[in-house]
Amino acid sequence: MAAAAPPILLFTDIDQPGLNTLDVYERRGGYQALRKALAMTPEAVLEQLKASGIRGRGGAGFAMGTKISFLPKGSMDKYLVCNADESEPGTFKDRELMQKTPHTLIEGIIIASYAAGANRSFIYIRGEYVLQADMLDAALHEARNAGYIGEGILGSEHSLSLVVHRGAGAYICGEETGLLDSLEGKRGNPRLKPPFPANQGLYQGPTLINNVETLATVPAIMEMGGEEYAKLGVETSTGTKLVSVSGHVTRPGNYEIELGISSREIIYGLAGGPPEGRQVKCWFPGGSSSPVLTAADLDVPYDFNSLAQAGSMLGSGAIIVVDDATPILDVAMKVAKFYRHESCGKCTPCREGTNWTVKMLERIELGEATPMDLEIMASVQEHIIGNCLCVLGDAMAMPIGSMIAKFKDEFEAHIERARMSNGLNRAGVADTALAAQGALEEPPGTLLAHQPGGEQAPGAHEGAPGTHRGGI
Amino acid sequence: MTSVHRFEHGSRVPGWDLPADLEKDPAEIPDPATTAVPDDLRSEIEAHLALYPDHRSAALPALAAAQRVHGWCSPEAIEQVACVMRVTPAYLESVASFYDMLETTPVGRHSVYVCTNISCSLCGADELYAAVSDAAGDDPDFNVRAFECLGACDIAPMASVDGVYVGPLTVADVPQLLEDIRAGRPVLPEKQLARRLVADPNANSQEWVGENRSPAEGGA
Repeated sequence: MAAAAPPILLFTDIDQPGLNTLDVYERRGGYQALRKALAMTPEAVLEQLKASGIRGRGGAGFAMGTKISFLPKGSMDKYLVCNADESEPGTFKDRELMQKTPHTLIEGIIIASYAAGANRSFIYIRGEYVLQADMLDAALHEARNAGYIGEGILGSEHSLSLVVHRGAGAYICGEETGLLDSLEGKRGNPRLKPPFPANQGLYQGPTLINNVETLATVPAIMEMGGEEYAKLGVETSTGTKLVSVSGHVTRPGNYEIELGISSREIIYGLAGGPPEGRQVKCWFPGGSSSPVLTAADLDVPYDFNSLAQAGSMLGSGAIIVVDDATPILDVAMKVAKFYRHESCGKCTPCREGTNWTVKMLERIELGEATPMDLEIMASVQEHIIGNCLCVLGDAMAMPIGSMIAKFKDEFEAHIERARMSNGLNRAGVADTALAAQGALEEPPGTLLAHQPGGEQAPGAHEGAPGTHRGGI
Repeated sequence: MTSVHRFEHGSRVPGWDLPADLEKDPAEIPDPATTAVPDDLRSEIEAHLALYPDHRSAALPALAAAQRVHGWCSPEAIEQVACVMRVTPAYLESVASFYDMLETTPVGRHSVYVCTNISCSLCGADELYAAVSDAAGDDPDFNVRAFECLGACDIAPMASVDGVYVGPLTVADVPQLLEDIRAGRPVLPEKQLARRLVADPNANSQEWVGENRSPAEGGA
C-alpha cells in the first residue's frame, strides 16, 4: 500500500484546544457543510449520501443512504436518533468525537435530519459518559443560540429540535430497538422486527437511527461530495474509519484509517503491537461480539467484506488484541460473563444460553468438565444464533463459538490439566460422582464420550427434550 | 461444581420467582396534596418532562435526578418522581431495577466503578478492583463496583470515580485515589481522561510506512 498520507476527515486537528466550542469550530470551517446542504433539496442531499456509499459505523454496517430512503415520505412526525450508547467492549471512538468535537456530530445530525425529513432528534448517550454528555449539552446550547437548532434553520424551511438523553447503564440499550424503548422511558427490552424503526420506531413514528461516527462523517461527505468520498477506502467499504485498539498493545487508542489497509498495519504499525517478546494470540476485529481471528489472519484487509470473508466482522471497529501469555479460557469467561450480565432476559435462548455457557466454562476451570462439554457448549452457541429478537445472544455465541473452534486443543488441554489437579486436590470427589454413573473403568478424558447415548447433554443437545439433565 | 443459583448472578431478571403479595392493594399515582417533593427536584423533573413528546421518556433523567438528591432510588425517591411524572411507583421501580447506574439499595455517596471487562482485565483490572475494594474496606462512604466496559479501553485499567474517568491505574495508585476522594479533591488529575490526547499524535499523523514492522512479528 502506498505510504502517501492517508486522508483524515474526523480527527483533523482533533486535539486543538477549544475545538469543542462553536467559535473555534466555525473558524475551522464548521457548519459550512450545513449551509451547503440547506442550499440543496433534501433529495439531492440524500443522493450525495447514497453516492458516498458510507456504511453504518455502529456494528451492523448497513448503508446509511439506503436506510434513510426506507423512511416513508409524507408530513408525519419523523425522528432521528443518534446512538451514542457505545457500550460494545473495546469501543471508545464515539467518546473521543463527542468530547473533542461535539459540533461535528450536531452538524451531521442537522444535515441527516434534513435529508430524512425528520424534525425531532435525540442523542441517546450512555449514562457513564458524564464529561461527554456535558460537552454535548454545552455545544447544543451554543448551536441553539446561533440558530443551527430550532425553527427555520439559517432561513430555510427546515426545523429541528435536539435533546441529549442520558442513559443509565445497560449494554442492551445500544441495540436500536432496545434504545428506543429506553428512550421512551421503559426497560430497555428489544422489540420484534419487523416493523423496523424506519417505519415504526420512536413513539411508533418513522425513525432514523445512526451511530455517532456515521453522523459525524456526514459533514465531511457534504463538503467533499459523495462521489469523492466513495473514492476513499475500497469497494463496498468506502471512506475512513475510526478504530479503537486496546488490550495487549503498546499504544492503545483511537486511530483514523482508510478502510482496506491491512490489519497488521493497524495492530503493529499504529498501535505498536504486543509488548516486547510477546506474540498476538488472537484478536477481536470489531468489539467483543465479533468472532476472534488469530495471528494467521493479521494480513486480512481491514474492511467490511474482507473481515466477513475471514469469518469475522468489522462491527464497531474495536480491535482487542490478546497476547500469547493469556489463557483463552480467561478470555472466553470474561466475554461470556459480560453477556450473561447484560442479557435483558426477554428471549429464552439468550437468557439461558449465556447462563449455561458461563456454567460450562466454570466447570472447565474447576476441572469438572469432560471433553464432551466443549461440543455441548458449541451446540448451545449454535442454538442461540438467529433465535432471539436481537443479536445480544449471537454476540456471545459468535466469539465463544469461534474460540472453541480455533483453540480446541487448548481447551481440551485445560480440561485435562484441571481434572488431574482437581482429582488430586479433592481426593477423588469428582471420581465418586463419575463412579455413580458407572464410568470409572474408562481412562480419564474419554469418560463420557464413550457413554452410550450421551444423554448427559443438557436438553439443547441433539433435539432430545426432556432427557436426563443431571450432571451439569 | 460451584452452585450458581439461577438468576442470582446479577442478571437483569432477579427476583422473578419471588412470591407476590396478592393481598396488597396496587400502588396508585401518589397524591400531590400529600406527597412532599423538594422544589429543586420538582423543577428539574418538570424541565425534563418538557423536553419529550411523551412524558414517560423523562423517567431515566428524573430517576437520576432523584438519586442525586436521595443517594439511591429509595421508595421515597420513587414516590416523589411518580408524583411529579404522574405515573405509578411500580412503573418507575420496573425501570430503576433494569439499569446498572440506578441503585435500588442504599449505597455510599462516592461511586467508584472499576471496569473489569475484557480490555481492562487483560491489563490487570481484576487486581485493581481487588485492591480498591480492600482499600475502601467497609467505609460506608464508598460504593465500589466492578463495572462492565466503560468505554475507555485506551486508558485500561481504569475507573470512573463519581463520573470522572481516570487511568491507566496501577495498584500503587489506589491509596492516592481514595485519599483524593476522601479529601474532596480532583482525583489523580494527571491521569484523568479529560487531559488525554488522541492516541499517539505521531502515529495518528500516519508517518508509519509498511516496513516499520515490529521485529517480533515474523511471517506469522
